Amino acid sequence: MLKLKGIAASSGIVIGKAYCLGKDDFSVIKRKISYEEISREIYRLEEALIDTRKEIVTIQDKISKELGFSEAKIFEAHLLVLEDRVLIEEVIKQIKNKKVNVEFAFSRSINKYTETLLGFDDKYLKERAADIKDIGKRVLKKLLKKDTPRAYEVKEKVIIVAHDLSPAETAALPKDKIIGFATDIGGSTSHTAIIARTLGIPAVVGLDVATKHIVCDETIIVDGYQGVVIVRPQERTIKSYYKKSEQILKAEKTINISRALKPRTIDGKETIVSANIEFPEELPLVKHFGAEGIGLYRTEYIFLGKNKLPSEEEQFKAYLNVARTVKPSSVIIRTIDIGGDKFLSRPEMPHEFTPFLGWRAIRFCLARPDIFKVQLRAILRASIEKNIRIMFPMISGISELREAKKLLDSCRRELKKEGKRFDDDIKIGVMIEVPSAALTADILAKECDFFSIGTNDLIQYSLAVDRANEKVAYLYEPAHPAVLRLIKDVIVSAHKNNIWVGMCGEMAGEFLFAFLLLGLGLDRLSMPPPRIPKIKELIRKVKLSDAKEAASNVINFSTSVEIEKYLQDYLRAILKGDSRQLLGI
Amino acid sequence: MDKIEQEIVVNNMHGLHARPAALFVQIANKFDSAVHLEKDGDTVDGKSIIAVLSLGVTKGTKIKLILQGDDAREALVELRTFLEENNA
Repeated sequence: MLKLKGIAASSGIVIGKAYCLGKDDFSVIKRKISYEEISREIYRLEEALIDTRKEIVTIQDKISKELGFSEAKIFEAHLLVLEDRVLIEEVIKQIKNKKVNVEFAFSRSINKYTETLLGFDDKYLKERAADIKDIGKRVLKKLLKKDTPRAYEVKEKVIIVAHDLSPAETAALPKDKIIGFATDIGGSTSHTAIIARTLGIPAVVGLDVATKHIVCDETIIVDGYQGVVIVRPQERTIKSYYKKSEQILKAEKTINISRALKPRTIDGKETIVSANIEFPEELPLVKHFGAEGIGLYRTEYIFLGKNKLPSEEEQFKAYLNVARTVKPSSVIIRTIDIGGDKFLSRPEMPHEFTPFLGWRAIRFCLARPDIFKVQLRAILRASIEKNIRIMFPMISGISELREAKKLLDSCRRELKKEGKRFDDDIKIGVMIEVPSAALTADILAKECDFFSIGTNDLIQYSLAVDRANEKVAYLYEPAHPAVLRLIKDVIVSAHKNNIWVGMCGEMAGEFLFAFLLLGLGLDRLSMPPPRIPKIKELIRKVKLSDAKEAASNVINFSTSVEIEKYLQDYLRAILKGDSRQLLGI
Repeated sequence: MDKIEQEIVVNNMHGLHARPAALFVQIANKFDSAVHLEKDGDTVDGKSIIAVLSLGVTKGTKIKLILQGDDAREALVELRTFLEENNA
């Protein structure tokens, strides 16, 4: 038995037969050709290129149907390689001048370019090398008359073991036959990982040596939760994994059903559960995990790691894309929260001793209207879809909100003058993450349309705990009575002023707290997409009246330990056995 | 025949890779003019995806666009706009 450790790329446990794709080396033999053979070799090249083109277009169509148009677009580069004049001329030149067979000439050129790309210290270029290699393999297959793509022949359910899977190969796999993936390279955001997650197939990537140790047809276990692959497992290990996977499968089945269902409590209270999104690559996860829109769309990624600030047009396109993707649901766009633990890689951001208390988020934005207004204009312009809401982070008092709104108004006037359209009725929200904002929520509520509580910062500011400091991390308690009181006050103030209040901190995605927050009257929860199905399942299995009762009791407790214990016991008592097991409570 | 050279800084998040490179090559191929890219003394055919990728244009790289032909000016405008603004 051998245990290989990799990166958990797609959750799930599967036990099955390994199907090794190997590294797919074609033995290309160098053959001298006669002068008469030259035109035949060139003809063969053209034929192979045309056939490969047809193959790619077929795959593109398939992906377009299965995963959507934008996924299929990644093959545009593949197609361009097939008609690349530099490449083709180079191959023809070799055939003519060196009098070698087309297979040899072609694979030499492909290898040359692949190596050039691999030589760059840049992961995107390295991935492109894989694309070119993939296309090269396909053309070689045509030349060598090995027509069938590697995994088409799979007849029974198997776990695909490969050094790396190109997007094209992943797409061409017979999905109903594949029950798992184990690959040598790749990370949790690699294309294969994303596709595996989208399709719900367990995957462990970055195993380094999977193809070295795993032999075709032997039984392996892929644990997509732990990021572990077990090779030649013992009978006992197989048994225990079977049991584990059965339990999880049963749980997932139920949870899968609730993905598509409304998060409504037994006694009819409907809430909104939405997704926190950071990168455009995560957008497909919104629908996949059954989120109702995006409750927190972070915009920092557009600004970070660049030499130049993003243009209005660039931002506009990004925001519009998000708005269109989540339609008819809505997206709350949080204006940049730069500073704190995220820095613009620019000299104008000074080094600060306590960055979390320093020049960040709205403070930075208000001081730099030249940067802030570009973002506000881009958000306004993208709001033509009528489903964008705007949220200001780190507001500590009403003056900052007023100032931000003033800038927003001036952007509105500018756009009107320029004849550019936007949503006149765009809703404005305040992120409640500074204790002073929480304590003056009644004042803020009169001048905005919604609140979203950001617990990660609210907790660290309220309790004066730097959560990154190991020595004090134990003091970081989401259920600290002080935190709960602040949250409760914010909710009460919001409701008194007829605005809704949500939460986009990590707390919202935890069972105990989600239940408590429901009871405290919170209207919406937003969390990382993978948390959503289980939280929805929980909401569907409880009564609002129970949550209210539990909340009204714990709010008077003295310590977070007592509060958490009470909530745990309470949930255990009201949930049925299968739900308890399902949610692991 | 017009010949235009212009230096441009590539602002694309991922430099000139994959889709951006593909789009660049597609635009370049619309024009009759010869399109070349120069980086650190290396000059490549801007109508070839493999050549463009091999140039290793990462975000923030300064490259020179060299256009020669009757529609060089139009080509410059489109390619420059693409390089400066595109965020695909």
